[in-house]
Amino acid sequence: MIEVKKLVKRFGLKTVLRGIDFEVQPGEFVALLGPNGSGKTTFLRILASLSKPSLGVVNIAGYSLPKQSAAVRGLIGVVSHMSLLYNDLTAEENLRFYARMYGLQNAGLRITEVLEMIGLDLRRRDLVRTYSRGMQQRLTLGRAILHDPDVLLFDEPYTGLDQEASVMLDGILQTVAKNGQTVVMSSHNLSRTEGLATRFDILSQGKIAASSTRDELGKSNLLKFYNQALAG
Amino acid sequence: MAEQSITSKPQSLKSSYWKAISAIVWKDLVAELRSRESISAMLVFSLLVILIFNFALELDIGTRRTVTAGVLWSTFAFAGTLGLNRSMAVEKERDCLDGLLLSPVDRSAIYFGKAISNLTFMLIMEVIVLPIYSVLYNINLFNPGLLLVILLGSIGYTAVGTLLASMAVQTRTRDLMLPILLFPVVLPILIAAVKASSGFLSGANINDIFPWLRLLIAYDVIFIALAFMVFDYVVEE
Repeated sequence: MIEVKKLVKRFGLKTVLRGIDFEVQPGEFVALLGPNGSGKTTFLRILASLSKPSLGVVNIAGYSLPKQSAAVRGLIGVVSHMSLLYNDLTAEENLRFYARMYGLQNAGLRITEVLEMIGLDLRRRDLVRTYSRGMQQRLTLGRAILHDPDVLLFDEPYTGLDQEASVMLDGILQTVAKNGQTVVMSSHNLSRTEGLATRFDILSQGKIAASSTRDELGKSNLLKFYNQALAG
Repeated sequence: MAEQSITSKPQSLKSSYWKAISAIVWKDLVAELRSRESISAMLVFSLLVILIFNFALELDIGTRRTVTAGVLWSTFAFAGTLGLNRSMAVEKERDCLDGLLLSPVDRSAIYFGKAISNLTFMLIMEVIVLPIYSVLYNINLFNPGLLLVILLGSIGYTAVGTLLASMAVQTRTRDLMLPILLFPVVLPILIAAVKASSGFLSGANINDIFPWLRLLIAYDVIFIALAFMVFDYVVEE
């Protein structure tokens, strides 16, 4: 589903990604772990077609980036640090706007379905500016899954969430994983990703330092694996 | 979700292009109707400018007619930058611009959507300012030729302004950057608009005004075409 070869990203003289090779099979749930500044956000922005690679090959569902970026954008859903929502629109209006941007048919039915899924159906006509951080993050998730994407990219989705909102996000991510959608999620939260992801890739200094499936990890601690990868 | 989805896959990009433009215009109008941030800021600013000119210049009726075109276009240009800045700042606030860029449409649709919204806000401001100016300066501005010039000038101004605001919004000093980038580029449009407006207000021969109108139309077409071609590069990281 995702194929990345020898990916390099430079900002001026600074090289952020240093030859990443990365492959994700359909239905895999990959947790991208790493310290601040390791290049996780840059890597996800390239997969989301928001940033162009300096060198290397990036293919998603057979489409090449950046050449076929419009086709790729129709297949992916993105949750980033920020909500990408408009404060002066209601939850329903925000989703209606994005439904029109994605050219969805039966948008009304789909919007209701998504709002029920994220537990915001009763607040659908409230302005987003009146929402708590947790509610906004749930709506952000709703926006990302609205067009039923094949690939979901999550960049630190737990940032700023309280315990209750984090549990709700766990539930939505579990549903996503069960439905067979391909997920790449960057996170600092090892304990939360441990129960969700099927594979763990450690990004360090712009390179994949280690990779392991949940089965390979077995009973060994993810934290131990993470620390060893960063030390090595 | 895959199991629960109702037919919700994106339509072809071609059919989504106009939908995307209309969606952006709809979104901007609904948000502006609620917040009234752009139009009220532009209106208050433009009214202040024409009031200041009115008291500062203390003009007789003959001179008023000759300076009207300059005062009007200075007012529209300065007030317009407020609207353009606000229009793109809204997109930057919660990285909403990324939300637009993630949509599976040709990115020029985003440009046209934002440009049409900005033009609408600017025309609303002008429709309110013109009668107030007429009363304050005791000059009849309801001249079809002048209204045509205002429409053409506003199209050119917002075409360039939307493109440059998209560029400026990505810089740290975006509020300062837009006028610095915009005014040198938009100068030919402003000169042509002032000359054509002045011609209509003084009752000049249409043959004398026509070259300026042609220049305005040419600039409008050139800047819209240019923005269509380069917008994708401008919003690129």
